[in-house]
Order: sequence, then C-alpha cells, then structure tokens
Amino acid sequence: MALEVNGVSIETDEEGFLVNLSDWNTDVAAELAKGEGIEMTDQHWEVINFLREYYDEYQIAPAVRVLTKAIGKKLGPDKGNSKYLYDLFPYGPGKQACKIAGLPKPTGCI
Amino acid sequence: MSDDMDFEEGGAIKKFMFVNRKAPYGTIYALEGLEVVLISAAFDQDVSLAFVDDGVFQLVKGQKTDGVEMKNFSPTYRALEGYDIEKLYVERESMETRGLTEDDLLVDVQVMSAAEMGDMMAQQDVVISF
Repeated sequence: MALEVNGVSIETDEEGFLVNLSDWNTDVAAELAKGEGIEMTDQHWEVINFLREYYDEYQIAPAVRVLTKAIGKKLGPDKGNSKYLYDLFPYGPGKQACKIAGLPKPTGCI
Repeated sequence: MSDDMDFEEGGAIKKFMFVNRKAPYGTIYALEGLEVVLISAAFDQDVSLAFVDDGVFQLVKGQKTDGVEMKNFSPTYRALEGYDIEKLYVERESMETRGLTEDDLLVDVQVMSAAEMGDMMAQQDVVISF
C-alpha cells in the first residue's frame, strides 16, 4: 500500500503503518490521521510528539499501559489516563497514535 | 482456562526468569527474548532477567550496529523500568571473563556470583532460556 503526500508516494504496510520510519513528517502524520478519521488538534500533536520522543529514546513503541503512565508523569494526571487518550484516539492510543506518529505497531499489540 | 480465572482473582503470580545467554547480534535470540519480556509485562507476573555467558554483551554501553546492518535495540533495555521490570541479574564470572565491569553496562543491575545465580534460578516457577 502507499500513501500520497505532497506528490510523494510513501510506502505503508498492510495495516497502514509506515514501512520506513524516516518517511515521517507532519504532513504525512496529518494524512495518516485523515485515514483514521481523526482531526488533529494540539492535544493530538502533544501525544504524537511524546510518542516520537519515547521511540527516539528507547527504540520501541510503548505498550498502552506504559504510555499512559509515562504521559501522566510528563503531562499530568488529567492527561495520563485511559479516558483522555481514548477520547483522542478512539481505536486505541497504542495502535492509532503510533501509526500517526510513524512508529511500528507496539510490541505485543495484536 | 483455569489460569485466566487465577488472573481475575489476582492470585497465582508466578516467578518468571528469562535467561539471556547469547550475544545481541548474529542470532535473533536476544531481540526475540527482549520482545517476549516486554509482552510478559502485560500479565502482571514476577519477572526477572538474568544475563550470563555472552548474554552480558547485550547490556554493554555504546553499541554500534551500522556495520552489521541491524537495529541497535540496546536502548530498549532502559525502557524495562517503565514496564515495571526492575530485576536484572548479571553473573559476575561471565562479566569478568569478558573484561567487563558494572560501569560498562547501560542499566542498573544486580551483579551476583554463579552460585548465587544458581540459587536464584532454583527459586523460580518458570525459567525460559534464550
């Protein structure tokens, strides 16, 4: 599968995750979000940027439980909870947010 | 399905030890073992990791993998704390044989002798070797 962004064709796998993580930029993220039916807001970007920093540091996409806890630590308890994250990413902050952030599917995520 | 029941009752927590014996690259064992450990964290069990033989190389700082064209996954060991996996045991003899000290490692570990490691293994319910 491929995604068309600014005239450039970007390769994705059968579930829509980027094949090459280096293809990511904010335009690609917005296009991936559109495919998920998500209108990106500052709150969405905050989580996406957090995920990219996490991946940069640890080289994995975190499990949802770990993501929730880490966001709570960094952005406060009103954001580090399942309800807040599922409101932003209804199909799961792990899978959906990781896809938009250009990361691989979280380890152990089915 | 009785195991599922046990989880729901919050009981039956088992002691799992994952034993890492191989160098990080060259075979897939180290990376696959690490992924199994990360997945195991979802089951709220008592998980520990042991590093013996060439497995101690998995934790060495400053790994550069460009030459072998493999992803350097060593930063992921530092994520284990966030997964509540904090028991990392390293065998002293394996480190010494390879000229390594605790200062060469990228995470905090508990160093123990081969005999102590043996005792630790004997206390486990499940030992899985990679």
